[in-house]
Amino acid sequence: MKASVGGYARASDLQHALELLSGSDGLGRVLAGGQSLIAAMNMRLSAGDLLVDISRVSELSGVSDAGDRLLIGALTRHVEIGRNPLIREYAPLLSQAVQYIAHAAIRNRGTIGGALAHADPAAEFPACILALGATLHIEGLTGRRDVAAEDFFQDVFETAIGEGEILTGISIPKTEANEAQVIEEVARRSGDYALAGLCLVKRSAGHRLALFSVGPRPLLARSAMAALDRGDLEGAAEALCDDMDPPSDTQASGAYRQHLAQVLLRRAVARIEGANA
Amino acid sequence: MTIEFGNPDRPNSYIGKTVPRPNAGRLVQGRGRYVDDIVLPRMVHVAFVRSPFAHARITGIDAGEVKSVKGVLRVFTGKDIAEVCTPWVAVLAHLKGLKSPPEYPIAVDRACWVGEPVAAVVATSRAAAEDGAALIDVDYDPLPVVTDMMSALDADTPVLHEDMGDNLAFRRLHEAGDVEAAFKSAHKVVSTRFRTARHTGVTLEPRSILADWNPAEGQLTAYHATQAPHMIQTVLAEHLGVPEGRVRVICGDVGGSYGIKVHVYPDEVATAAIAKIMARPVKFVADRLESFTTDIHARDHEIEARIAVEEDGSITAMDIDDWTAIGAYSVYPRTSAIEGNQVVNLCGGPYDFKNYRAQTTVVFQNKTPTCQYRAVGHPIAVAITEGLVDQAAAELGMDPVEIRRRNMFRDDAYPVTSPANMRFEGLSHHASMDKLMALMDYDGLRAEQAELRKAGIHRGIGIASFIELTNPSPFMYGIGGARISAQDGCTVRMDPDGSLVALSGVTEQGQGTEAMLSQIVAEGVGVSPDKVRVITGDTQVTPYGGGTWASRGAGIGGEAALQSARALRESILTVAAAMLQTEQSRLDIRDGQVVDAATGDNRMPLEELGRIVYFRGDTLPKGLPRELVQTRHFITSDYPFAFTNGVQASYLEVDIETGVVKLLKHWCVEDCGRIINPQLVDEQIRGGIVQGLGGALFEEIHYDADGQLLNGSMADYLVPMAAEMPDMVVGHVETPTKESMLGAKGAGEAGTAGAPAAVMNAINDALRPRGAQVTEMPFTPERILRALGVLKD
Ligand SMILES: Cc1cc2nc3c(=O)[nH]c(=O)nc-3n(C[C@H](O)[C@H](O)[C@H](O)COP(=O)(O)OP(=O)(O)OC[C@H]3O[C@@H](n4cnc5c(N)ncnc54)[C@H](O)[C@@H]3O)c2cc1C
Repeated sequence: MKASVGGYARASDLQHALELLSGSDGLGRVLAGGQSLIAAMNMRLSAGDLLVDISRVSELSGVSDAGDRLLIGALTRHVEIGRNPLIREYAPLLSQAVQYIAHAAIRNRGTIGGALAHADPAAEFPACILALGATLHIEGLTGRRDVAAEDFFQDVFETAIGEGEILTGISIPKTEANEAQVIEEVARRSGDYALAGLCLVKRSAGHRLALFSVGPRPLLARSAMAALDRGDLEGAAEALCDDMDPPSDTQASGAYRQHLAQVLLRRAVARIEGANA
Repeated sequence: MTIEFGNPDRPNSYIGKTVPRPNAGRLVQGRGRYVDDIVLPRMVHVAFVRSPFAHARITGIDAGEVKSVKGVLRVFTGKDIAEVCTPWVAVLAHLKGLKSPPEYPIAVDRACWVGEPVAAVVATSRAAAEDGAALIDVDYDPLPVVTDMMSALDADTPVLHEDMGDNLAFRRLHEAGDVEAAFKSAHKVVSTRFRTARHTGVTLEPRSILADWNPAEGQLTAYHATQAPHMIQTVLAEHLGVPEGRVRVICGDVGGSYGIKVHVYPDEVATAAIAKIMARPVKFVADRLESFTTDIHARDHEIEARIAVEEDGSITAMDIDDWTAIGAYSVYPRTSAIEGNQVVNLCGGPYDFKNYRAQTTVVFQNKTPTCQYRAVGHPIAVAITEGLVDQAAAELGMDPVEIRRRNMFRDDAYPVTSPANMRFEGLSHHASMDKLMALMDYDGLRAEQAELRKAGIHRGIGIASFIELTNPSPFMYGIGGARISAQDGCTVRMDPDGSLVALSGVTEQGQGTEAMLSQIVAEGVGVSPDKVRVITGDTQVTPYGGGTWASRGAGIGGEAALQSARALRESILTVAAAMLQTEQSRLDIRDGQVVDAATGDNRMPLEELGRIVYFRGDTLPKGLPRELVQTRHFITSDYPFAFTNGVQASYLEVDIETGVVKLLKHWCVEDCGRIINPQLVDEQIRGGIVQGLGGALFEEIHYDADGQLLNGSMADYLVPMAAEMPDMVVGHVETPTKESMLGAKGAGEAGTAGAPAAVMNAINDALRPRGAQVTEMPFTPERILRALGVLKD
């Protein structure tokens, strides 16, 4: 199919982008790396959009150190997330996640903001920032607001970003001295979206466990987290079943996904313990 | 004069060597010319409205709004096209009982699968045509659907085509020996149910056609991505009412075919019909969704099979009950009964046993039609056979290699006829197995496997012997009444500068046909391959031929090229002998020079001979033959097919917690007769293996119970990709066919034939200690866990 586009404009800065969006009668659509949006347009799953290309808005790109937090611009590309030394040091979960995302050509263009705004329930970054307890920074013409990762993901492809708003970046608490972060997933082929996956963060305050590809959005597995805090791994694996109700599709049944999540949890814990041993 | 193939130091020894591909530089520099690259004056584009229902009566088509779309020129319904194009019925006389209803380029009053064309919109761009198509309002009256294969013939299942009486398209039973008695007296009987999934070929370049009707000449020219230009010429001529001689099919670069592009597709014929009606060039290039919904599918089989063995492992009988569902129509003109027929022909292929029964039942259903896809029927037959043999070996506590060695036809048993009535001229199962054992260090791997098992690592080794049908004679299609040539021809011409042009009826799909032809012609005449320009794929230019299918290009087209090249060599030497005043037998042609055959001394460059013949023919003796163009044709006649053979092995690891299979290594030893270009053969084998591995682990077209296709994209239909592919080791045994001077059989399908069975056997070898077994492809992680009993629901 050929895409059917309503129009295209390239924003020079954030203000310009917000103005273009607000002047688009609700048809405006942010174009970042284009790795999800263009594919959807080429299937005419999305038609008539007035594209607001933010990819040249340099203020939205890059990683910076903000004291006890790390600030990542929405336009930071997957490939940069994977190799950035600050991220490797203070949010290694994100660096690890990159290897699982798509293929090199897509990682060269796709942006973390795009991945979060797109909110594919099988995507890695949304689960990562949920496990990390990140804050998302959203801006509109009327101002700026911060949303906790827990409140950001609402449903399949649905987030807290409102009409006319742009996700500008995220901030993540830096890792503590003894913090452990691991991501585990199983996909049919390398680069495919996971059949099931999880991100496990172990901090002094307790465990944070985020699951992906097991529901309509990334999930914090709160019962399993509580069991892990008690040191009860098998209890946590059992509790996972309460935390999720995965869907079935042509790739795998819900039951298989549930089983996989349990296997991956044991593997994640073993990896953390192995690293500490 | 014969060629000393055994002597690698002979002059002009290009046959048997890896030579550069003449078209490779052009293709990697982006200078290829695919159908989509061709732009003609006044060209328009067509997009199709396709049925969203698996079965529905079309009660009305409202195109009222469409004309308002900028760029839209015209809308066509099935009735409009039927006025200039007759429907076809895809049956063959030798497939007794095969039936199929008339099929129209665009459905006339009933759509029978999701994706069947129901209207066409022509516009100045594809995008505009799609905009128009989206506005066409079709009224459908949904009809009951037939989607399940095994219940298609049940009394309470609706009949898909009323006129056909029932949903049975074809059934064939073959029986040899006394099967029942053999099973009764067997030491052990093993029976299993197998399932192979619906696949499609996923060519890199989608199906494409650009049809141009020129009323001034009364000629239709179709630029077409096809494997069989002459067959398409016949089909377009017949159904559009144009004399065959006034249809020209040009097939330039093609981006992969795998059997997908050897069939007649309704939308492509409709495109040609529209070109004829509008008298201007019309282009249709399928998009990826159209590829998934309308390219032929294949391999959708369910099989109940059993094998009888004696205590010493000898096979006494096999009994195969194969079912396949082919969608709504048999595909024109090769028919959709061939795949099931092949299963009957090929099961048990490598083995010397007496009692064989096989039946195939081919049914209609409301899905995309299935037809021949690379290695037609082979992966299914090999999986059944090799799966049964492995299970029998396990039952007997026998090594899987040993049971095969005890049953394979001896290497000196040929010629021999199999229980399926296949005639084998000369195969090398034992030599191939011996070579495989050495290549893979079988005993070493077994030791490693046992050692790792102690550590809880589940590795498996799987073996699969196979036969492959190549070089078909008219027994494949011609005797059934199809105008599909089993013969092929080649014209070789020497131009004044001593360079050669070879025109061949076989085609280039990206697999290297032109390289193969260039080196054969180079050796046949005595020049270097870069002096040979190869032209394929133009019905008005090349000799009449069959094209590319059933691994026939090298064996049939290559032999025609060799014969014509040798003939040209003789005519050149006739002229040379006159010019040099010597006997023809004293001369030879080497590296573009006429030389003294005994000493190798140069006597005259070919360009000098060319100069004299073309510009100073007056200086040659009057009446001296000077035909520097020679054409030869070749057809096999001693055997209906040239069978090849080989054996594959897979080594893999199963993660028994996740069910994920990791392929560690893959081996294939095959015997395609004379190897013309070792690298091309190896890459055919590797590419074929990859497609086989796709079937084993990844590929499966899903439909729901209403006949909706669920995974029509590259994100959801999983093709094998590089990261998951193992290292592959390819070895060869060469048993040339005696039917030709060249001795080449085919190599295009061997990889695909054996790979799924090797993987299945390896997985089951890994799972056996845990009492689990999988026989339903693809072997997804979930299916493996279910076999292991890990999942509870
Ligand atoms: C073959 C393939 C495989 C893939 N595999 C994976 C995978 O395994 N895992 C994975 O996580 N992803 C995968 N992806 C998706 C990839 O990571 C995308 O890059 C990402 O999902 C979207 O980022 P983008 O910058 O390309 O966004 P775009 O495609 O440009 O936009 C996506 C959506 O987000 C909106 N948007 C983008 N940026 C903003 C913003 N700053 N503010 C508000 N809205 C915004 C857009 O309007 C659009 O709706 C794959 C993609 C492809 C093509």
